[in-house]
Amino acid sequence: MAVHAQPSEHSTHTSTGLSNAKLGMWAFLGSECLLFGALISTFLLYRGKSLSGPTPKDVYDIPYTSVSSFVLLMSSLTMVLALAAIQRGDHPKLRVSLMATALLGMTFISGQVYEFTRFVQEGLSVRTNLFGTSFFVLTGFHGAHVTGGIIMLLSLFGMSLDGRLPTEKAEAVELVGLYWHFVDVVWIVIFTVVYLIPTGK
Amino acid sequence: MRFQRPTATTGWWSWATTVDHKRIGIMYGVTAIVFFVVGGSEALLMRLQLARPNGRILTAEAYNQLFTMHGLTMIFLVVMPLGAAFFNYMLPLLIGARDVAFPRLNAFSYWVFLFGGLFLYSSFLLGGAPSGGWFGYAPLSEQPSSHMIFYSLGLLVLGISSTVAAINFAVTIINLRAPGMSLMRMPVFVWMTLVVSFLLIFALPVLTIGLFELFFDLRFGTHFFDPNFGADPVLWQHLFWLFGHPEVYVLILPAMGIVSEVLPVFSRKPLFGYPVVVFSGIAIGFMGWGVWAHHMFAVGLGPVANSAFALSTMFIAVPTGVKIFNWMATLWGGDIRFKTPLLFSLGFIAMFIIGGLSGVTHAIVPSDYQQTDTYYIVAHFHYVLFGGAIFGLFSGIYYWWPKITGRMLSETIGKWHFWVMLIGFNVTFGPFHILGLQGMPRRIYQYAPNLGLNFWNMVSTIGSFMIALSLLIFFYNVVHTFRRGAVAGEDPWDGRTLEWSIPSPPPHYNFEELPVVHSVDDFWHRKYAEGEGGRLVPVVAGGSEADREVSTGDHGGGGHSIHMPSPSYFPLVAALGLPILCYGLIYSTILVIDGAVTLLVGLYGWAVEPSAE
Repeated sequence: MAVHAQPSEHSTHTSTGLSNAKLGMWAFLGSECLLFGALISTFLLYRGKSLSGPTPKDVYDIPYTSVSSFVLLMSSLTMVLALAAIQRGDHPKLRVSLMATALLGMTFISGQVYEFTRFVQEGLSVRTNLFGTSFFVLTGFHGAHVTGGIIMLLSLFGMSLDGRLPTEKAEAVELVGLYWHFVDVVWIVIFTVVYLIPTGK
Repeated sequence: MRFQRPTATTGWWSWATTVDHKRIGIMYGVTAIVFFVVGGSEALLMRLQLARPNGRILTAEAYNQLFTMHGLTMIFLVVMPLGAAFFNYMLPLLIGARDVAFPRLNAFSYWVFLFGGLFLYSSFLLGGAPSGGWFGYAPLSEQPSSHMIFYSLGLLVLGISSTVAAINFAVTIINLRAPGMSLMRMPVFVWMTLVVSFLLIFALPVLTIGLFELFFDLRFGTHFFDPNFGADPVLWQHLFWLFGHPEVYVLILPAMGIVSEVLPVFSRKPLFGYPVVVFSGIAIGFMGWGVWAHHMFAVGLGPVANSAFALSTMFIAVPTGVKIFNWMATLWGGDIRFKTPLLFSLGFIAMFIIGGLSGVTHAIVPSDYQQTDTYYIVAHFHYVLFGGAIFGLFSGIYYWWPKITGRMLSETIGKWHFWVMLIGFNVTFGPFHILGLQGMPRRIYQYAPNLGLNFWNMVSTIGSFMIALSLLIFFYNVVHTFRRGAVAGEDPWDGRTLEWSIPSPPPHYNFEELPVVHSVDDFWHRKYAEGEGGRLVPVVAGGSEADREVSTGDHGGGGHSIHMPSPSYFPLVAALGLPILCYGLIYSTILVIDGAVTLLVGLYGWAVEPSAE
C-alpha cells in the first residue's frame, strides 16, 4: 500500500485541483466499502442460522471487545495529531504520533488474536458452524486491513527517521490517515452489527 | 539505499520496465489477441465435438473444462483487456494528456493481468482446469473434482488488476484533461471509459468477496456455501450476479464508446445528440445495478422479486435503444464513407440489436422459464458479446491502427475480414436460437441423434470455422501491413478528436504543446468552419482566430525538454509476487512467504526509488 503514499508523477497541475493520489485513495476506499459490505451482508444473512453451537452468546465478552474497540478509536486521534504535526513541520511530534498510532493498532490486533484464541478454546473455529465461518472471516479480514495499516505507519515512521518524509510530503501521511480512519469506521459498523445487536438465538 | 531507474529505451528490457501508456496499451492488446486465439481454439474444439450427435472427440470432463475456460478467457482475458488496451493507448491522447495519472500502477495492472491469465491456464498442467463454469455456481462448484481453486485465486488476481486499472483511468479522466476540456466536451469513448471504471471499482469487490468465500470453503473448510451446515445455496448466485450484470456493461460500453467515435468520423457529421448519448451511458451504468436477479428467474425468488426485476430489465433496454437511435441519426444524411472501421461499427449496431431484442424476450419471466439454460441464452449473449463487443473492438482496431502503427491496414483485406466474420458469426450463432427453442440444453457434451438437432448443429460448426478463417484474414492483413502498408500520416480519416492532431505513431510525450480545447470535436473545428447553408469550409492554416490559440504555455521545444516518468522494475517485481503467493496458498506455506516477500520488495522498491528525473 506504500504505492498510494507516493506522490504522483504528475503532481504539478490537475483539472480538479485535487491531487491524483488523493482521488485515487478515495476511489480505492469506495471499492473497499463494497468488500466489507459484501462480507457484512454474508454475516447478517447467516445470523442465527447456525445449526449447532457455540452461538455468539456463548463466546462473546462484550466489555473486553469494547475496550479494544476504544483502543482502535483512540488511534484515529493520534493519527489526526500526526497529520497536524507534519503540516506544522513538527517532525519529532510526527514520529511520536505515528508510533503511538501503530502501537494502538498493534494493541488492537493483539486483542483480536487473544480473542480468536479464546473462541477456539471454547470450541468455535471456522469449521464449526456458520457463525464461526462468517465471524472469523469478517473480523479477520478487518484485522488484515489493520495490519496493513500498521505496516504503512511503520514505513512512514522509518521514512521520517531517515529524513525522507519532509514537510512537502505531508500528503503521504494524509493518505495513510484516510485509510486508517476508514478502517476504524468499518470497525464501528462491525462492532455494532456483529457484537452489539443481539441475535436472539 | 537508492536504486537507479532503468534507462533502456529499446529491446525487451525496455518493454518489461516501461511505464509509457502507449506501450502498455500495445502489450494489453497483443496479449488479449493471443488469448483470443486460445479461447477461440477451445470453442472450435467444442463445436467439433457437437458437430454430430454422440460426438467422441472430447470426454465429458474435458468438455466441461473447455466451456469453463472458454468463458473465462473470452470475458476476463480477451474483451476486458482489449477494452483496457484502448483505454490505455487512446485515453490520454483523447483528453490531451501526456500519460495516465499513475504510470507505474498502470504497468503493475498489466503484469498482474498477464500473470493472472497464465496462473489460470497453468491449471491445465496441474491436475486439470476449472470445470464448474465461468459463473462457478457454489455449492456445485465446491466439489473437489471441479478444480475451482484455480478459478477462485485466478479471478482474484485478475480482479486486482482490473480494480487498480479502473482507479487509474477514473483519476486520469477526472484530473488530467487538457485545458478547456470540460466533462461535456470529452469524446464519448472517454465518457464510457469513466462509466466502466466506476462500474469496475464498485462491482469487482462483490465478486472478490464471493471468490474469497469460495476459496476459504475449498481450502480451509469453512461453510459459506455448504447447505449441510445451513448455508444459503443461493448466496453465491446473488454475489456473482451482483457483480456479473454490471460486468456485462463493462464489456459492452467500451465498444459503444468506440462506435460513437467511428460513426461521426465516417459520416462527417457530429454525433447526433451527444449529451443524450452520454447520459444514456451513465443511466445504463446506474440501472445495471438493479437487474442482476434476471439471471436467477428460475431459482424461485418468488413472483414479487421476479416481476420487479423483469420490469427493471425492460427499463434498461430504454437507454440502450436511445443510443441506437442516436447512432442511426448520426448516419442519416451524412457523407458516408464505407471504410472498414465503419463496416464493423455498422455490424456492431445490427448484431447488437438482434442480441438486445432476444435479451428483452428473457426479461419476460414466463418466457425465460422456457429459455433458461438452453442454447437460446447462448445465442443471446454471443450476439451481444461477440456481435456487440468484439465487432465494436475490431472497429476500434481498424480505426486506430494507423495512429498506433503509422501504417494503414489494407481496406480490401479488411472488408474481406468483415464480411467473412459477419456471415460466419451469423451462421454460427443464428442457429443457436432455433436449437434453444427446440430445447437443446447448454453445457451438454453429447446429444442423441433422433432429437432433430443434427442439422443446425452441423451448420453452426461450419460457421465457427468461417469465423476462424476471418481471423486468419485479419492476421494476414496485419502481416501484410507491416511489410507494405501505406504510410498513414497524422490524420488519415479526417478525424475529429485530439489524437489525430499529433504524428502517427505518437511521440513518447504525446503532445509537444498541450492543446487548449474549445468545444466537442475540437480538432474538427480547427480544420473546418461552417460556411453558407451549413456547408463545411476548410479553415486556412493559421488564418482563423481559433487556430491561433490552439496551444498555450508549456513550450516543449521539439519535445526535448518534456519530462516523462522514468521506466521502473518494480511494477513487474510486485506483480510477480501475486502468482507465487497464489501457488503457495494451494501448495505450500513457504511459497506464500516467498510471494509475500516478493510483493513487499516490489512495493518498497517502488516507494523509495528516485522519482522521475
